[in-house]
Amino acid sequence: MANIISDETIEYVGILAKLELNEEEKEQAKKDMGAMLDYIDKLNELDTTGVEPMSHVFPVTNVFREDVVTNGDGSEATLSNAPSMKDSGFKVPKTIG
Amino acid sequence: MSKVYETVIGLEVHVELASKTKIFCGCSTAFGGAPNSHTCPVCTGMPGSLPVLNKQVVEYAIAVGLATNCSITQYCKFDRKNYFYPDNPQNYQISQLYLPICRNGGVEIETAAGKKTVGIHEIHMEEDAGKLVHDEWEDCSIVDYNRSGVPLIEIVSEPDMRSAEEVIAYLEKLRLIIQYLGASDCKLNEGSMRADVNLSVREMGAPEFGTRTEMKNLNSFKAIARAIEGERTRQIELIEEGKKVIQETRRWDDNKEYSYAMRSKEDAQDYRYFPEPDLVPIVINDEWIAEIKARQPELRTEKLERYKKEFGLPDYDAEIITGHKKFADLFEATTEICKKPKKVSNWIMGEIIRLLKENEMDPEDIKFSPVNLAKVIELADSGAINSTVAKEVFEEVFKHDIDPDKYVEEKGLKTVNDAGELQAVVEQVIKDNPQSVEDYRNGKEKAIGFLVGQTMKAMKGKANPGMVNKILKELL
Repeated sequence: MANIISDETIEYVGILAKLELNEEEKEQAKKDMGAMLDYIDKLNELDTTGVEPMSHVFPVTNVFREDVVTNGDGSEATLSNAPSMKDSGFKVPKTIG
Repeated sequence: MSKVYETVIGLEVHVELASKTKIFCGCSTAFGGAPNSHTCPVCTGMPGSLPVLNKQVVEYAIAVGLATNCSITQYCKFDRKNYFYPDNPQNYQISQLYLPICRNGGVEIETAAGKKTVGIHEIHMEEDAGKLVHDEWEDCSIVDYNRSGVPLIEIVSEPDMRSAEEVIAYLEKLRLIIQYLGASDCKLNEGSMRADVNLSVREMGAPEFGTRTEMKNLNSFKAIARAIEGERTRQIELIEEGKKVIQETRRWDDNKEYSYAMRSKEDAQDYRYFPEPDLVPIVINDEWIAEIKARQPELRTEKLERYKKEFGLPDYDAEIITGHKKFADLFEATTEICKKPKKVSNWIMGEIIRLLKENEMDPEDIKFSPVNLAKVIELADSGAINSTVAKEVFEEVFKHDIDPDKYVEEKGLKTVNDAGELQAVVEQVIKDNPQSVEDYRNGKEKAIGFLVGQTMKAMKGKANPGMVNKILKELL
């Protein structure tokens, strides 16, 4: 494998993704990510001079909605997903700001 | 000798757009609904739900871009900004990083220091987050997703401002343009316009910018001015003490008049932006831009000229009235009904501004209907009520939007024009005030004013003062 993922990198990616990995999982993730970057290196061998960066896989543009209210009171369905609820809101640990 | 410092300020202004529905779903954007009532799987980030872009949002963004001299990005797209926070149920915000809809614009501002252009780096479209309410009784927060997915534009200025005065002038200019376009009501106190201030200081003449901080939680022009002053002083003090300004986000506490560090650059967020795969690119052709341009309503500068030309308003009146969209709307609607532009202008410049000040209200808070203002003007103009009564009646219109015709009728406020009835009252007043009568007869012209006053008082203000004057003179 050409790309070696450092312990610091896997730690940082874990923090960003809010994932807690044990040692075994960390080693596996390092291997997987290294393999992914190897694949990207492979793609980089292609000459892409003059090729426009792709912004979407489908050659479709301008899909719009008109500005008309179509949804009614969705609180019941939305709140049915709340692990904890208070005053018709999702109850979460205290946050600042 | 103490050094002279220059303040360098750039602004990030978020504006909630006036569309009826959210940016990516058909939920209402109405303010103040029951918690989580304006939500659906899309704006709460349920797996498998797909966003569809609201066309109106794109049109508002283009309109604001055109009115602020930006170039429109004719091939534009959305990106995902990833972060975890309870107000963001998707764990990403759909925003624009690489191809924002508007770029390279600017607006002209005028302050005591003169005219200058404040550059606009870019304007991008994005979705708002939910609202967190901190519970007073329990150690928890409560999330309401009604605001999640409400469309925003973020207007990023160049670091072109040098004082709080310039910042306020820039914000007022933006607010006026956006209000006239109808793209937002721009209420700072309700959060439909929010400004983050990026500020650094440097020694006057230094080629490089100093380290900047970003200040959040500024919800009035006064708070912005105080925060700028406070942050400038804080940074200069640090530099003078030989310390370094740290690049960080600070939260302004307007009660304590101090800002607190929220997060520093060391733990700055890594947002891992990438192209939004659930939305297709937007192609804005020349015809679409021309169409939006053609639909652009009259903006302030044109309105100002027209008010002077078409209605013959003095410069000063036209400036004040066009300075607030609410005033301009009220002026036009009332004039349309009563066809007396100068009278309408006088009411706005006089009583309306006075009552707004007295009640600490903004023009946007005006609730009464132009029909009722027109009625007061008609009543006063036809002589049916005198000017003092007109002001009284108008106060009721201002406060409770009452029907002036009915009110005057019910309270019996019509001016008494009946010479016989007035004569009787005047005779009584003459009898009761022999001293003033004598003064007048001895050549003290002013004494008649007192007698007119006494008569008006006896008539509870409803007499026609001109007639009272005439009858008094005849009888004396």
